[in-house]
Amino acid sequence: MDYNLMREFADSWALLAMALFFVGVIAFAFRPGSRKQADEAARIPLKDD
Amino acid sequence: MRFGTEIAVLGLLTFAALAAAGFGVDEPFRQHMWVLFFVLLGFVAVLIRNTNFKPATPVDPSAYMDGPIRYGAIATMFWGVVGMLVGVVIALQLAYPDLNIEPWFNLGRLRPLHTSGVVFAFGGNALICTSMYVVQRTSRARLFGGNLAWFVFWGYQLFIVMAATGYLLGITESREYAEPEWYVDIWLTIVWVAYLLLFLGTILKRKEPHIYVANWFYLSFIVTIAMLHIVNNLSMPVSLLGSKSYSAFSGVQDALTQWWYGHNAVGFFLTAGFLGMMYYFVPKQVNRPVYSYRLSIIHFWALIFLYIWAGPHHLHYTALPDWAQTLGMVFSIMLWMPSWGGMINGLMTLSGAWDKLRTDPIVRMMVMAIAFYGMSTFEGPMMSIKAVNSLSHYTDWTIGHVHSGALGWVGMISFGAIYYMVPKLWNRDRLYSLRLVTWHFWLATLGIVVYAAVMWVSGIMQGLMWREYDEQGFLVYSFAETVAAMHPYYVMRAAGGAMYLAGALIMAWNITMTILGYQREEEPMPGAIPALQPAQ
Repeated sequence: MDYNLMREFADSWALLAMALFFVGVIAFAFRPGSRKQADEAARIPLKDD
Repeated sequence: MRFGTEIAVLGLLTFAALAAAGFGVDEPFRQHMWVLFFVLLGFVAVLIRNTNFKPATPVDPSAYMDGPIRYGAIATMFWGVVGMLVGVVIALQLAYPDLNIEPWFNLGRLRPLHTSGVVFAFGGNALICTSMYVVQRTSRARLFGGNLAWFVFWGYQLFIVMAATGYLLGITESREYAEPEWYVDIWLTIVWVAYLLLFLGTILKRKEPHIYVANWFYLSFIVTIAMLHIVNNLSMPVSLLGSKSYSAFSGVQDALTQWWYGHNAVGFFLTAGFLGMMYYFVPKQVNRPVYSYRLSIIHFWALIFLYIWAGPHHLHYTALPDWAQTLGMVFSIMLWMPSWGGMINGLMTLSGAWDKLRTDPIVRMMVMAIAFYGMSTFEGPMMSIKAVNSLSHYTDWTIGHVHSGALGWVGMISFGAIYYMVPKLWNRDRLYSLRLVTWHFWLATLGIVVYAAVMWVSGIMQGLMWREYDEQGFLVYSFAETVAAMHPYYVMRAAGGAMYLAGALIMAWNITMTILGYQREEEPMPGAIPALQPAQ
């Protein structure tokens, strides 16, 4: 496994995987019905002293 | 027997330190081991004085473990004052070189003492104690692992003492923000892994189903710092009883490793960790949930995905390949989005409660912190643009930028968090004095403004003087001339730093009096609703 092989992997499949993961995170955060859950999560610090 | 194992292990380590002080192969190492010996001896003495043979009192597993957090709040304050004081001293040394006192107190040795003092001792203690506070209260679970939290706290203080005394003795790896030598690095690794276990263990036994976003930021800070610290400090000691080691990297690879570490120390230590603080303490202080929880999730993922690539912007126009420089620049500019998204999220948490800015100086401090977060994360990407960097690099502009982030964002949000926590941790109704918080706020804010503005002028002047050619192609100014031109700015910078330090001293007084249980008789803040009195 030399530098060029790793470099090629990094700027092809690894890049694609990270980009897809990131898009997935955004899609998950804004999925239908997430607003209610998010609002509940936002209140966690206020529930406790 | 209480502390039985601890006393035995520490006693052995004390003896090992004594042996290393005797057999060390170089003089600085022997001196450093004497320091270690006396510090460990102190630990052992304190433990022996506090031991007893009574059966251990059972701990209430539902109560939060706040002891290490109380110690952490005091340590944060103490190291903050020390680190800032050293900062003012080195600022004066730059203005008046006669203040360099050989060999221990010259600028070369005091500068890492200042950077490590404020970043790792002040900022690190603030992060460790607030993370312990936040993770318990948002997970509704006691800290994991019994006395592990105490080990993390005292282990970290030992790291700070060893790093600081090492610098003064002239022991250094010469890696920016990672100057401690190999044996201190190994110790920090052990402490940090314990910290990770403590934090993860507490999250795993949480009673709250959801992991609150502040904990994500804290966890990313802990995990990333572990990775950065280990890779950056891969080195081979010359002797196991010597203070010198050589890095596993060389040339441009070494430079990139150092700035991959250095910039992510900024990104994950000074940003992600303190964002965790923002996402807990701002909602608590204004008593409102964060503006948009979903934005905070995007903020988190975007920040950690982008920050890790920004390091090469520290190596513009060097031997680093051009594509890597451009990559660092592009990712730095993309960082505008999560930074400003996070800033807006923090500021908008106040929507509907903006009147608190008038009545609550702690809220004011937090808002100023978030404003400086926005300003310095705007300035940083701009400076990473190659054309701008060709003027700003190696000048005081960089120093000004770092300080607007460190004093403005990191310092102010930590002060706000400590002001919030201390009355709660010691069960006091309120702080000793809110008026003193106002004094602290204005001294700190004006100090930063003086500091940053002076460094802009000085830095841009410096950069322009360096690149000034005459019509025949000769440089107009010698280096010494550019240094002489900066003298007035160096004096003003020291004044700005001194104001910030004065604010911190006022805070230390205020916090001390609060802990001792005093309340200052004073007029309430204008506009504040007076506390309700029971009917006669």
